[in-house]
Amino acid sequence: MSKTVDLPPKGGFSFDNCRRNAMLQKNGLKGPSFLKTGTTIVGLVFQDGVILGADTRATEGPIVADKNCEKIHYMAPNIYCCGAGTAADTEAVTDMVSSQLQLHRYHTGRESRVVTALTLLKRHLFNYQGHVSAALVLGGVDITGPHLHTIYPHGSTDTLPFATMGSGSLAAMSVFESKYKESLTRDEGVKIVVEAICAGVFNDLGSGSNVDVCVITKGHKEYLRNHLTPNPRTYVNPKGFTFSKKTEVLLTKITPLKEKVEVIEGGDAMEE
Amino acid sequence: MTKQHANWSPYDNNGGSCVAIAGADYCVIAADTRMSTGYNILTREYSKISQLAEKSVMASSGFQADVKALQKVLSARHLIYQHQHNKQMSCPAMAQLLSNTLYYKRFFPYYSFNVLGGLDSEGKGCVFTYDAVGSYERVGYSSQGSGSTLIMPFLDNQLKSPSPLLLPAQDAVTPLSETEAVDLVKTVFASATERDIYTGDKLEIVILNASGIRREYMELRKD
Repeated sequence: MSKTVDLPPKGGFSFDNCRRNAMLQKNGLKGPSFLKTGTTIVGLVFQDGVILGADTRATEGPIVADKNCEKIHYMAPNIYCCGAGTAADTEAVTDMVSSQLQLHRYHTGRESRVVTALTLLKRHLFNYQGHVSAALVLGGVDITGPHLHTIYPHGSTDTLPFATMGSGSLAAMSVFESKYKESLTRDEGVKIVVEAICAGVFNDLGSGSNVDVCVITKGHKEYLRNHLTPNPRTYVNPKGFTFSKKTEVLLTKITPLKEKVEVIEGGDAMEE
Repeated sequence: MTKQHANWSPYDNNGGSCVAIAGADYCVIAADTRMSTGYNILTREYSKISQLAEKSVMASSGFQADVKALQKVLSARHLIYQHQHNKQMSCPAMAQLLSNTLYYKRFFPYYSFNVLGGLDSEGKGCVFTYDAVGSYERVGYSSQGSGSTLIMPFLDNQLKSPSPLLLPAQDAVTPLSETEAVDLVKTVFASATERDIYTGDKLEIVILNASGIRREYMELRKD
């Protein structure tokens, strides 16, 4: 008679909680909700580099969780990355890869390449089979010139002259498809990027608030945080408001804890 | 063959928020004019407010097709009432009619969240608030729709009304003046628009008082 023995796992993923969680969900447990950056993110290649753009709204279902969040993440001094999807995932994955790139630079003593960042990102995302929900627009300028890539949550990648991602990607792409041309100047490029983000901000409910832009050229970058703020508050009551009644103090009683403690000398010694 | 579960729903949610405030001699009814579905804006100027009778105005959010159907039924019923009684329906009567109309479809409800505002027979402001199947209550102020969870606590803080359980019954109308009430409505909508993605574009305010009906508009954030 053969007996099966439970061996401790040697490595890999632990799926211990999957069955339990499926059962709990079947019995009506709601899973936790995540902060999603509904998002419009874009990027384009212009004559001397790459321009990235993003809106600044983060949502949790129908509620705006952050009106001015940062979606253009630092990867390396010459590489930045826009993130859409679950905020924690985009943040974690870009931080992780940016740290790997830094170590790689220490090791090689050379400037990071965009393809290196691309490979590290896609390998991580593919490993997690789409469960790390990060949709990215990666852009930078390295020794081989300007590069722009999109990365999907499952790990597939594209190399493009102009790219959009997130829930506002269709609105933004409509601008790019009608206005993009090769060898744009810096100012023309920024103008089209801002217009594309604005298309997302105004026509997609998942995107909103301000426009962030990042211009990367050879040996130089410009991070234009809140480059455009097209959505100021529409009404402020001139008289302001009073919130008169505070929580009432009904009773104040201080009980000193010290006096309640009784120390008995010479009690039974503790057993070993 | 096993039965397939239908993945189609007869309902949609088109978002939007409504507010009504009753005063001693006026009533303010307001709603935003954005109509949306999912992450898309269908239109930036769709009025959610309809005048059902001379002194009763309804603001409704939820599913636009159901709201439209409900408005059509109510205006038809009001026309019949006018022919039979040769007068306008009072606001409390319209409130009961709205409740009955909603409950009539108890098991296939109108997906609409309504507030009814108006003036009663004494010219005093009145607000009635509803759920989708016709449960209703006369209150001093109310808010319904996608931004109601953001708006209602603020209204509670500013205009706390006496408990309806108090004896003798207290007046529910708010102590604010008409201009103060309009100011408050503008503020709550500007605030709700900041945090609710389904509220925005434009605010439509209807004011009922002794001198008749008046409309005001204010721009809201368009993102």
